[in-house]
Amino acid sequence: MALAISHSISLQGLDGKVVSVEVDISAQLPAFVLVGLPDASLSEATARVRAACGNSGFNFPSQKILVNLSPASVPKSGSSFDLAIAIGVLAAMGVVSATELAGMCLIGELALDGKVQPVLGVLPMLLSARNAGLRIAVVPESNLAEANLVDGIDVLGCSSLLQLVNYLKSEGQLVRQVSQPVDSASRNAAPQLLDLSQVVGQDEAVGGLIVAAAGGHHISMIGAPGSGKTMLAERLPTILPRLSIEESLEVAAVESIVGMARLERGLSLQPRFQAPHHSASVAAIIGGGNSLPKPGAVSKAHHGVLFLDEAPEFQVNVLEALRESLESGQVQVNRSAGSATFPAQFQLVLAANPCPCGNYGVIGKDCRCGVLRRRRYGARLSGPLRDRLDIRLDIQPISVSAVAGLATGVTTSAQALEKVTSARMAAAERLNAWGYTRNAQMPGPILKANFNPGRKAIAQLDRHLAAGKTSMRGYDRCLRVAWTIADLEGATSPTAEHVFQAVTLRGPDQLMGEE
Amino acid sequence: MTTNRQWLGRYGEDRACDYLSKLGYQIVERNARSREGELDIVATDGPTLVFVEVKTRSSRHSGHPFQAITPLKIARIRRLAAGWCASRQLPNSQVRFDAISVLVHGGNVDIEHLRQVA
Repeated sequence: MALAISHSISLQGLDGKVVSVEVDISAQLPAFVLVGLPDASLSEATARVRAACGNSGFNFPSQKILVNLSPASVPKSGSSFDLAIAIGVLAAMGVVSATELAGMCLIGELALDGKVQPVLGVLPMLLSARNAGLRIAVVPESNLAEANLVDGIDVLGCSSLLQLVNYLKSEGQLVRQVSQPVDSASRNAAPQLLDLSQVVGQDEAVGGLIVAAAGGHHISMIGAPGSGKTMLAERLPTILPRLSIEESLEVAAVESIVGMARLERGLSLQPRFQAPHHSASVAAIIGGGNSLPKPGAVSKAHHGVLFLDEAPEFQVNVLEALRESLESGQVQVNRSAGSATFPAQFQLVLAANPCPCGNYGVIGKDCRCGVLRRRRYGARLSGPLRDRLDIRLDIQPISVSAVAGLATGVTTSAQALEKVTSARMAAAERLNAWGYTRNAQMPGPILKANFNPGRKAIAQLDRHLAAGKTSMRGYDRCLRVAWTIADLEGATSPTAEHVFQAVTLRGPDQLMGEE
Repeated sequence: MTTNRQWLGRYGEDRACDYLSKLGYQIVERNARSREGELDIVATDGPTLVFVEVKTRSSRHSGHPFQAITPLKIARIRRLAAGWCASRQLPNSQVRFDAISVLVHGGNVDIEHLRQVA
């Protein structure tokens, strides 16, 4: 009778738990049994591990090998336990010393020839391993760059089972790559293909986009097909400040579990841009997964931009499902094998045509849609959703004469980014005491109690409110945008002019037929 | 060929019986046939009735002899054992299932014995 224990990590969303892989070899009819709620992909580990061990020169004894993944009541999935199972068995066989495995976490999938294959989710796994107090992590060599992003745990890369066995027998070495500096020059200083200056003749819209970037305001763009909505939205990430290391780690963790992380050249500090097609399902946008929760587009756009082009064409339940994450900055995904919470702090950009045919309100074009048809189109965006949009831009198609006069737009992304960055710093300093960083995050009551720009400045807003032209919520939104405009212009408090600009940017709700 | 294999199986069962006798087991019956199949050895180990499945091989080319004892085969042995007990009115005996592998190679005979395999 022989017993050995190795360790691995089971991921539930971004949350990892240490799993003890207990291996018992007993004199019974030969069998290789895996218990502890493995799913289909994990159950197949027994076949892979047997072959990988055999082809590495370690034949299994003709005895019963029982592997228990403890805690046995937590559902487990995936192929990342292969390495821990194989080493656990070899330790129980006495090939390697079981005492070497204490405090060590083993992550990796095995190929049949004993090679160690890369797995998904290494970054969140190692964060959890470190927080659980494990000292050493062995990961596939291909995942080493990603694993090296985690401080406070000794990371070793291995390329084959035999290499790891030799290391555990103190007869060989594993790969220990010096962690390269985050934000390596090559990755984050690469020239941008997209630039704000490529947007020609849409100065007002560009101005609105800069305000949205500075305050973190959700924004909608209504305009005829071809007027540049998508072009503008794609350039929003170029004028957003670089992510902090913590923020980019959060984003990379989400990308790691869906296999989107490209971390060979260090962390990318660029805010992400997600533009799901309008046929996307709730699971694709919010998060889903067969039995284990997987993040959706809202989480992939964490600390970045979620762009919904042709927003009214999305399924209504998809749009409604966005509201929870807009409110809380995170999203809870519930599946049969458990639930997980993913971060989802994104900036929402909606684009829509003014009506199904796209010509309503466009100068020089005739709309062929009936009133009812137009109404129905607009009503697909529900009131609560459109309420969260601080800025509503009206994008007019640009005329030929305007294009002829201008080769490039007036503002480059670099210039805009500089303004946005200083405005964000001003806002962060002001809001620090309340625990916020951006104007868009400010709740109405705190805003009105502490950041009232004075009676004179908001006289116009008050008149709008009194006349019923705006709701109390709309009032708060204008006030927030006014503060962002003031931050951009370096003013200490919004003036009447800033409030006027804010009211203009907030604009009428065109899709609901407001003029 | 068939006779050769039968001879090998017979030889393995003989060696297994010798081995069990040396351990102090009493052999009750060998090759207890019924319609469904055959129990290789029925023996008693003190108060316990032991049903032994014997697997004999002349090489390990097709795997360890024990690997040939599948869950399906064990289930069949259990049914046969139940039938055997019923026909002899031994309701209260303790029952155990053992497996013995006999590896015959080059004049050597290796015997492995697993107790309580099912």
